[in-house]
Amino acid sequence: MEENRVNLLLIAGSAGALDALLKILSQLHALPAAPIVIILHRKAENQALLIDLLGARSPIPVKEADEKEIPLAGHLYVAPADYHLLFEADGSFSLDASEKVNYSRPSIDVSFSSAADVYCQGLACILLSGANNDGTEGMRRAKAKGAICIAQSPATAEVPFMPEQAIKELSLQQVYSPAQISQFINQL
Amino acid sequence: MTMETNFADEEIGLLLTDIVDRYGYDFTGYTMASLKRRIARFFIIKKFPSFAELRYALLNADSLFNEFVEEITVNATEMFRDPLFYKALVNEVFPVLRTKPFIRIWHAGCSTGEEVYSMAILLDEAGLLSKSLLYATDLNPGALETLQKGIYPLDHFRQYAENYSQAGGNQGFSNYYTARYGFAKFDERLQQRMVVSTHNLVSDSSFNAFQLIICRNVLIYFDKELQSRVLSLFTDSLEPLGYLALGAKESLRFSGVENSFTPLSIREKIWKKIA
Repeated sequence: MEENRVNLLLIAGSAGALDALLKILSQLHALPAAPIVIILHRKAENQALLIDLLGARSPIPVKEADEKEIPLAGHLYVAPADYHLLFEADGSFSLDASEKVNYSRPSIDVSFSSAADVYCQGLACILLSGANNDGTEGMRRAKAKGAICIAQSPATAEVPFMPEQAIKELSLQQVYSPAQISQFINQL
Repeated sequence: MTMETNFADEEIGLLLTDIVDRYGYDFTGYTMASLKRRIARFFIIKKFPSFAELRYALLNADSLFNEFVEEITVNATEMFRDPLFYKALVNEVFPVLRTKPFIRIWHAGCSTGEEVYSMAILLDEAGLLSKSLLYATDLNPGALETLQKGIYPLDHFRQYAENYSQAGGNQGFSNYYTARYGFAKFDERLQQRMVVSTHNLVSDSSFNAFQLIICRNVLIYFDKELQSRVLSLFTDSLEPLGYLALGAKESLRFSGVENSFTPLSIREKIWKKIA
């Protein structure tokens, strides 16, 4: 069951997730074998800064996800602020400006669910630090579709609520520190 | 959320074909991921026991179909969404509009009209409103009713006031509406310059020549082919040297009309039509 080839890796979080993400990226040995898509709850104004920051801290090419773009292995994409990020049947990104979900846009639930429907067992999702419960329901769907579901270990999370919710609700087995998450990505 | 609502593309396809045949609304060029999500939402809200039941009910009740259209097309909009976009319009497009004897602006796919009122306010502050007409169209009649009433819940007005200032508004946002019982009603002076009509970008044609067309966060719901068609419709509906403004994540790439325009502000998604 763990032999699934990962075709898409989603990493999501809210408060405290950026630190964890930077730690994870700093320990990658090579360009990841799958596209990585980042979904963070952030203010729209900070979006350009976020992309610059991620670009500066990792050798992986970073850009904002564009609609109809097909994500490529070895690239890092950031969900645009103020849009939900969805996936079409051909694997491409799709954007949706409809109402917030869990007070959030982008919502992690929306992206996890949509990616689960398209990528099924080829999906891996990772939930990092955060202060609300966005992500758990999307991960439930991803899990049901055979995706790999990983939560940041609450002990290492600046704000443990978000990963804790998913671990508790979904009885997640893969609970990793940022270093272990890097290892996981390095082994893809 | 946990209910199985991941309908097969084939099922959705059949429903969309039924809808074209029965009601003349063509959603087949819409992007599937978003459409599916909206249909799933409708399915849950209306508590249908199965997709077949939903399909049957939709084809046999016009009133339900109207609700369906509202649910799958109404998308969140806000006043002065992306304030810097409005600032760019005021600074870079208004000076050109000012030279025209008469200004025609088309808000295509305007939903409940928050952005149309935003525009009317900025035109007013620039002293241009009295010579402007704002054509506000959407395929959803329910959304246009809201626009025509000009009444919106006050919940978001604190944010709107902030957006207004960032957009360069300087007369005091609260001067444009009266607040009562949790709602704000906009000054009728603004509405007098609006021409409101249903228009379906998928099937209806050009109806005037405009100096500025604003269509934001509509094209993201269309597939490439439909995007191209709608962008051609806009190109044909613009006067020479007219302006086209799209949403923050929309562009003319791959559309076939890219060569008819020159970018005015790449960041704020404003293009100028080449004569």
